[in-house]
Amino acid sequence: MSRFRIFVPADTTACALGADEVAAAIVAAARGRHIEIELVRSGSRGAFWLEPLVEVETDTGRMAFGPVEARDVPGLFVSGFPGDSSHVLAIGPVNGIDWLASQQRLTFSRAGWTDPLSLDDYRSTGGLRGLERALTMTAQAIVDEVKESGLRGRGGAAFPTGIKWQTVLDAPAEQKYIVCNADEGDSGTFADRLLMEADPFQLIEGMAIAGLAVGATEGFIYLRSEYPRCKAVLEQAILRAQKAGVLGEAILGSDRSFRLELRIGAGAYICGEETSLLDSLEGKRGMIRFKPPLPAIKGLMGQPTVMNNVLSLAAVSTILALGAAHYRDFGSGRSRGTLTVQLAGNIRRGGLVEIPFGATLRDLVEGYGGGTASGRPVRAIQVGGPLGAYLPEADWDVALDYEALAAVGAMLGHGGIVVFDDTVDMAQQARFAMEFCAVESCGKCTPCRVGSVRGVEVIDRIIAGDNREFNLQVLDDLCDTMDKGSLCAMGGLTPMPVRSAIRHFQNDFGG
Amino acid sequence: MPVLHSIQAEIGFIPREAVPIMANAMNLSRAEIHGVISFYHDFRDQPAGQHTVQLCRAEACQAMGARELEAHARARLGIGFGETTANGRFTLEPVYCLGNCACSPSIRIGAETYARVSIEKFDAIMAGLEAKE
Repeated sequence: MSRFRIFVPADTTACALGADEVAAAIVAAARGRHIEIELVRSGSRGAFWLEPLVEVETDTGRMAFGPVEARDVPGLFVSGFPGDSSHVLAIGPVNGIDWLASQQRLTFSRAGWTDPLSLDDYRSTGGLRGLERALTMTAQAIVDEVKESGLRGRGGAAFPTGIKWQTVLDAPAEQKYIVCNADEGDSGTFADRLLMEADPFQLIEGMAIAGLAVGATEGFIYLRSEYPRCKAVLEQAILRAQKAGVLGEAILGSDRSFRLELRIGAGAYICGEETSLLDSLEGKRGMIRFKPPLPAIKGLMGQPTVMNNVLSLAAVSTILALGAAHYRDFGSGRSRGTLTVQLAGNIRRGGLVEIPFGATLRDLVEGYGGGTASGRPVRAIQVGGPLGAYLPEADWDVALDYEALAAVGAMLGHGGIVVFDDTVDMAQQARFAMEFCAVESCGKCTPCRVGSVRGVEVIDRIIAGDNREFNLQVLDDLCDTMDKGSLCAMGGLTPMPVRSAIRHFQNDFGG
Repeated sequence: MPVLHSIQAEIGFIPREAVPIMANAMNLSRAEIHGVISFYHDFRDQPAGQHTVQLCRAEACQAMGARELEAHARARLGIGFGETTANGRFTLEPVYCLGNCACSPSIRIGAETYARVSIEKFDAIMAGLEAKE
C-alpha cells in the first residue's frame, strides 16, 4: 500500500486550537491501524476558521478536513481517512474552498502548501529565483526594479520601498544594515507571523536581496517576544539557510556575503516604531529618536539602514523573481500589488485574505468574514490596528486602499480589520485607546506621555456625565495637541480611534 | 537585551545583584542597565509564579469578551495583574496582542497560546495545570 502524506499546520493559531494534539492523534491512530503515513507540519493557509485544517495528498490534489479536533481523529479513520472519506469534517479538495480559491495569493502563495523549513520545497516552488537574478544585476538595477514595481511599505506608513532603498544606496558608508521590523504589535494583525511561520525563506531571501541592492552585508530580524513559535521557526530557517549557502559568506556561490541575526523584543509596542526599534536593537530603552536624520541616513549604530516590514521584504523576492511589471499589474491607483488584510475580532470566518486592491470593507467583512461570530449585527469596524479609526456602517463601502481610506479619516495601516458587534460600548473603546497609549508610550514627548493619562481621565468624566459638553471640548483640544505635538505615530494617531468613536457613535458618550 | 533574555530564561527573573555585574562587564552605568530592565514589560526583577498567565487585553480580544474573561481570571485566581497567587502557582499579566486575533480571546502560558478561551475553557486550562502537580 502506498504511503499517505498528511499535512497538519504547526502555526501558532492552529496549535492554539489543538493542532499539535491532532497531529499526535493522527500518528497514533495510523500506527494502530498499520497505515503508513508521512506527517508534514506545514504552515497555515490563514483560513483560521477552518483550523486545525488537515490535508491529505492524493492523485487529484489535496483533500481537506476541518476544523479537526483530536477527539475527531478516531472517527476520521473509521470513515476511511486518510483515504476516501465521507466524514462530516471532509471539505473536499483544498482548491475547491472558495474562501481560499477566490483570493489572489502572491506573497502568501506558498503558505500551507509547503514544509516551512524545507529549502527543497522552497526551491521547487520558485524560491531563490529572485536572489539568483539579483546576483546578476547591479545594485542600481535592483533598486530600480523595486521602484518600478510600485511596492509601498506594508508596515503601515506605506512609504515607497524603492525610494527608501535609493537613499541607503546613495549614502556612503563602510557598513550598512538591513533591519526587518517583525514587531507586529497591532491588535488584529497576524500576517507577518503567518508568513514567517509558513514561508520564512521568502523573508530571508528578500533581506539578502535588499543587502545586495544597497550594499549591506548584515541584517537583523527584530521579532516580538509574544511569538515564541515563530521564533523557533526563524531560528531553524536561518540555520538551514546558512548551511545551504543562502546566507553567510559567498551567497549562492557568489562573491557576495550577507549575515543575518534574529533578535527578540521584550514586550514593548512602541518598538514597532522604527527609531525606537533601532534603539532597542542597540540594547537600549526603546525610545523614539528625532527625525531627521532618517534611519536610511543614520540608522542602526549610526549607519545607513534599510528598515522594512516583513511583508515588504518578502514581496521583494517575488518582484525580483517575476519582474516589477508582474507585481505592478495587481492593484489600483497608487496602491500596487496585492492587499493583505486580516479579519479578526468578532468574525465568523476570520483569517488572512490576500486580494487585489479595490475591495470594500463590506466585501471583506460580510463576504469573506461572513458577519460576526456572535451572530449579532456588526456595529463598528476598527481598521489599521489600535491607532486606526472605528468606522460605522456608512463608511463600509469605501475601497480599502491607502488613499480612499485617508479620505474618510481612516488608515489601512498593517491591514488589521477588527469587527465588533452591537454589544460594544464605544466610549470604553475610546477610553482603551488612551489607556493603551499610556501603558505603551516611551515617555519621550509630553503630549503622548501625559496626554494619554489625561485622556483617560477626561473620558471617564464624560462617561460619568460630569460637565459633558465642556469635557468633550477639553478632549478635542487634547486630541489636537497629541496629533500635532507628538514625536511619533503612537501619540500622534491615538486621537484617531478616539475621535472616530466620538464622531460616529456619539450616543455612547452619555448625553 | 540578549544577555537579559538569557538570564531571565535561566533563572526566571533578573536579580538586582546582577545589575552591577552586567554594568561592569559591558562598561555601562548601573542606571543604564536598570533603565533597560524597567522599560520592557517582559523583564522582571522578582521571581514569577510557576506559570505566568498572559491575558490579551487588546481590541480583537475585547470584541470577543476579553473584558469578561479578565474579570473572571482575577476572581478565579484571586489576584490582579502583576500579582502572584499565595501558593506561588500563577502570575497574571496583561499582554497586548498575541497575534491570534481571528480566534479570540487569547491567553498564553509559556510557549503555548490558547485560542477562543471562554470562561469554561479558562477554568479547564487552570484545572489542568493544577492537576499536573
